[in-house]
Amino acid sequence: MRPDLFEAPDYYNIDDLLSEEHKLVRDAARQWVKRDVSPIIEEYAQKAEFPKQIIKGLSDIGAFGPYIPEEYGGAGLDQISYGLIMQEIERGDSGIRSTASVQSSLVMYPIFAYGTEAQKKKYLPKLASGELMGCFGLTEPNHGSNPGGMETKYKDMGDHFLLNGAKLWISNAPFADIAVVWAKNEEGRIHGLILERGMEGFSTPETHNKWSLRASATGELIFDNVKVPKENLLPNKSGLGAPLGCLDSARYGISWGAIGAAMDCYDTALRYAKERIQFGKPIAAFQLQQKKLAEMITEITKAQLLALRLGQLKNEGKASSAQISMAKRNNVEMALKIAREARQVLGGMGITGEYSIMRHMMNLESVITYEGTHDIHLLITGADITGIPAFS
Amino acid sequence: MKILVCISNVPDTTSKINFTEGDTQFDTNGVQFVINPNDEFGLTRAMWFKEKQGATVHIATVGDASVEPTMRKALAIGADEGIRINAVPTDGFFVAEQLAHVIKEGAYDLIIAGRESIDYNGGMVPGILAGLLGMNFVNTCIGLEVEGDTATALREIDGGKEKVTAQLPLVIGGQKGLVEESDLKIPNMRGIMMARKKALNVVEPIGATTATADKKFEKPEPKGAVKLTESVDELVELLHTEAKVI
Repeated sequence: MRPDLFEAPDYYNIDDLLSEEHKLVRDAARQWVKRDVSPIIEEYAQKAEFPKQIIKGLSDIGAFGPYIPEEYGGAGLDQISYGLIMQEIERGDSGIRSTASVQSSLVMYPIFAYGTEAQKKKYLPKLASGELMGCFGLTEPNHGSNPGGMETKYKDMGDHFLLNGAKLWISNAPFADIAVVWAKNEEGRIHGLILERGMEGFSTPETHNKWSLRASATGELIFDNVKVPKENLLPNKSGLGAPLGCLDSARYGISWGAIGAAMDCYDTALRYAKERIQFGKPIAAFQLQQKKLAEMITEITKAQLLALRLGQLKNEGKASSAQISMAKRNNVEMALKIAREARQVLGGMGITGEYSIMRHMMNLESVITYEGTHDIHLLITGADITGIPAFS
Repeated sequence: MKILVCISNVPDTTSKINFTEGDTQFDTNGVQFVINPNDEFGLTRAMWFKEKQGATVHIATVGDASVEPTMRKALAIGADEGIRINAVPTDGFFVAEQLAHVIKEGAYDLIIAGRESIDYNGGMVPGILAGLLGMNFVNTCIGLEVEGDTATALREIDGGKEKVTAQLPLVIGGQKGLVEESDLKIPNMRGIMMARKKALNVVEPIGATTATADKKFEKPEPKGAVKLTESVDELVELLHTEAKVI
């Protein structure tokens, strides 16, 4: 792969709206991605392997639970810093950002928000340092957009719970040390349980042959009469709202992450268009290429402002799930369209691993589906503005 | 050992350089500022002294409040305390005089300044600083060890290297080689969190002299189009008559 020459676009001087600490956090993540992710990511994506050696670096730049308070090993940063870190990591690769999103929003967040003091003390510092890696089990083979229909269930056996069922499309599953699993009790109420690798009857087979998120490990969680200690139940929230609360946090991070992937595609296409000569001049001089590039920077700028405003609302505790859906939906589609257009600017070169564009494009095909599909997010907006849910 | 690293706030090397007001002022609009690379090699070496020999590391910068993000980054990398001399730097002598004043009050054993800053490339500050302070001075340093009161420095000289020893207190003009580029530190989250609590003291400038003044800046000619020649003879002819380089 070519050297990483990335220069971040900031057409509306959005940096002026960020604090000095936001920029310090963002620039550190940016520098780290350039140094430790860009040089190796193509190789790992090609061989469909998660580069485990970067876990320490992800922890160092604060990618694991940046908004978790310091007393539990987090960095105590605000939501905009979290978004900026996700943006920079996804600028490198959506798969790596997925690993960080899952660890922060889907594993650390539920333990922090719904767990006991003992659970927080036991798990959060080790998750923040990367000593423990986690995954999140909600989606099932028969229940994707309709998680409330889940079949995974547990029985109260007196001194423990007995868990049975299966989860699918689980990022980090093949190597995770712990899993936050959502399952129904005997009354049909959804609760969260913390599972540890090594529990009898708990296995995590890997999903192979993906064309997307190839540098991220994906797998299944299979529970065959797993005895779960009672102290591993997350006691402070139950019902579908509990896992959806985690998804709000993760989707928020994705709305920033997608900007990173889009920026990388735009920056690559702009540089290439200025250097590539056809008919005696750079292809950037042709109107059709200018249209593509001008539309890209316009859409990136709009997405940046959307994410930043959402971050301000999150900081004030005012962001609604529907507002988060809008940003996730808009920004991921924006990034996917830019990746496709940028691929065309690069012509044949765009399909090779010399450039990051096709990898981003294939990654974004997952990102537009996971954490609430593109269609479902539209229906969430529809339900929010009309008051009539169209999906149930 | 008490170390002061002098940090200059300079445009990133990828910045587009423009001038305003009839080419007399540097246009900072849209420019990213970073720690001067020669200073960053020194800062990273100072971090080594901190970790291995328990040194205390302060940083000092002459600048208005706009330089604080760069200083905060140096604190996040690991410096213990920062001093900002609240004045817009005018020339090397002015900067050196301001720094000398702070250094006299701080009783430092080792002063590490970059050999030159990559913005105006004056290269004067470390030398003038040593002169004003009456301290020993080793410039273009590519290696530095300290044992007790004695520093051993490696210098880059024409066609080779020179090893010199000097007594502390000492001023060093540092550059790449003090540490390698791969040794440079990216501030980690713990460092950024700790930097929040570190002191960044603002001191007012002393009435120092400005000995020189910028009158006008000129940018190099933009690169012209490439001309392909048919033969070596034509190339030689063009280099002689048109480019006038031979």
